[in-house]
Amino acid sequence: MNNYIIRRIVQAIPLLFVISIVSFSLIKLAPGDPVLSFVTPDMGADDVARIRQSMGLDQPAYVQYFAWFKNVLTGDLGYSLVSHRPVSTMILERIPATFGLMGASLLLSLLFALPLSMLAGAKQNSIPDRILSLLSYIGISIPSFWFSMMLIYLFAVEFHWLPSMGMRTIGVDSIWDILKHGILPCTVLTFINVSVYMRYIRSNTISQLEEDYVQIQYAYGASTGTVLLRHVFKNVILPVVTILGMSLPELIAGAFITESVFSWPGMGSLGITAVHGLDYPVIMGITMISSILLVIGNLAADILYGAVDPRIKTTG
Amino acid sequence: MNGNIGETADNREVLLNVRGLKKYFPIRGDQRKSVVKAVDDVSFHIRRGETFGLVGESGCGKSTTGRSIVRLHDVTEGSIEFGGVDVARMSERQLKPFRQRMQAIFQDPYSSLNPGMNVLQIISEPMEIHRFGSRTEIRERTLDFLERVGLKAAHAERYPHEFSGGQRQRIGIARALSVNPEFILCDEPLSALDVSVQAQVVNMLEDFQAEFGLTYLFIAHDLSMVRHISDRIGVMYKGRLVEVAPSEELYRNPAHPYTRALLAAIPVPDPKVRQGMPPIYSESEECGEREEWIEIAPEHFVSARRDRI
Ligand SMILES: Nc1ncnc2c1ncn2[C@@H]1O[C@H](COP(=O)(O)OP(=O)(O)OP(=O)(O)O)[C@@H](O)[C@H]1O
Ligand SMILES: [Mg+2]
Repeated sequence: MNNYIIRRIVQAIPLLFVISIVSFSLIKLAPGDPVLSFVTPDMGADDVARIRQSMGLDQPAYVQYFAWFKNVLTGDLGYSLVSHRPVSTMILERIPATFGLMGASLLLSLLFALPLSMLAGAKQNSIPDRILSLLSYIGISIPSFWFSMMLIYLFAVEFHWLPSMGMRTIGVDSIWDILKHGILPCTVLTFINVSVYMRYIRSNTISQLEEDYVQIQYAYGASTGTVLLRHVFKNVILPVVTILGMSLPELIAGAFITESVFSWPGMGSLGITAVHGLDYPVIMGITMISSILLVIGNLAADILYGAVDPRIKTTG
Repeated sequence: MNGNIGETADNREVLLNVRGLKKYFPIRGDQRKSVVKAVDDVSFHIRRGETFGLVGESGCGKSTTGRSIVRLHDVTEGSIEFGGVDVARMSERQLKPFRQRMQAIFQDPYSSLNPGMNVLQIISEPMEIHRFGSRTEIRERTLDFLERVGLKAAHAERYPHEFSGGQRQRIGIARALSVNPEFILCDEPLSALDVSVQAQVVNMLEDFQAEFGLTYLFIAHDLSMVRHISDRIGVMYKGRLVEVAPSEELYRNPAHPYTRALLAAIPVPDPKVRQGMPPIYSESEECGEREEWIEIAPEHFVSARRDRI
């Protein structure tokens, strides 16, 4: 098992290397010249060239890449082209807001998705199943920004029940205030998450219930509750572990669109602002951190799998 | 019925009596509400301590018959008397005591054991459900049955994937036996096993039958497998029983063309014996609405048109 973990970590290193090259190239290929954001109308062509040179942007791409990569290894993600602050500091500042929102919605999503979709799977084609399936289709197909705006319109504009923007009311410093700000974005994220999880867990439940070992359990008198809780649950949780592993980067990187619509001061809005401002160091910093987390998340999922599924242990 | 055949068989009490069993599956998404007639008007009985073999080609409805009897399906029509009580329309609550008396062993030893449970948990679960005593008593009983099926107590903490197909099937047998059943549905328990292992499992099943007075419904898709173990055999074709007879009688005097075709499909060592066998039974031949259930010899029934006998 330990060998297995070490092997997986070693395999992850070249993967991260490739991801860094790809994301670097993609940003290089993207239209727009970051130097232009420093150019004021009174500058001459040689001033522009000087700025370009001072930022290292006149160097060949591979030189820029290695310079950047060397710094990343020491934790230095460079400076924002817009605010001129260290990218690592900017990212660290944003992590708590994103982590709180994402963590809460992930937890709520599991809390709703697991029982509801197992119920839907166990009572296939029943009325509750049909209603849940319909909701899940809606959740998957509607754009999150539209859903967010509808909620803002209803609960903030029409009824004035909840705030529509930000994380705090200026001058107020209470947990309750933060919670109130979090309700709408959390609802959007949870609804979408549950809709996606539902499709996996429901179909998994259905196929589990058709397995011979479940049929045998019914034959010797196990109740539906026992079968679902003691047996199906254990096997349904496996794909959920994978989904969770894949959600880890989202926990930190945030949901770009939802965070921006609600002006939630997290990594998502940082990312969107950076994209608009062609703030390369910030974009690449966020991309790198998300990729590292994605790899770690998958690794963690694999290890967790081993804990849940006895078959994995011997193949390690 | 007269008792010329089957010696003592006739004196034994009928444990399972299936009358006019029908199981139709709706075809999903079909607007005209048509159905698959997986089992269509099947009647037979099994006496206590007897082994009844059920054979027929793939898809003819053997498993559906078996699974309806142990009430894994809600039956469409008909009665299933078990020990004199009709279980065909019972609710899950009413079925509970019968779920201890009837057990099942399935074909695929890989999918019939939960991969996430160890052997101890797998075998003890039915005992826990039917309250066979305290934890330690159940544990002891589990270890006892493990040894009876030829496994070791040391295997109790292992998981299904650590065993061979034959060993897994033994675990399934131990699980079925652990709650003192009277009847066991054996749905092709040998098909997935190597020939050498098949013989061991058959012998084990026969030993347990003698020891506990078990009654078996033994499903297989070819006759050679059930001939040895069955007292009587039923031949199924497209959801119907076409012939029922004591094993030896069925081999000596197969009456229905489909039974003959099945027998012809068994490899016969001497090529001369093969001559005279009919070609594989085709649909166009007599089998269907106008047939009746006719006793052509003691305990030998065949579905045929009376005018052809
Ligand atoms: N749950 C189900 N829903 C719909 N149709 C079914 C279902 N179970 C079985 N059938 C259909 O009923 C028919 C009989 O199936 P069954 O499994 O009883 O055959 P079988 O004789 O056991 O075959 P095999 O030898 O392959 O196991 C088949 O046409 C099958 O497709
Ligand atoms: Mg079958």
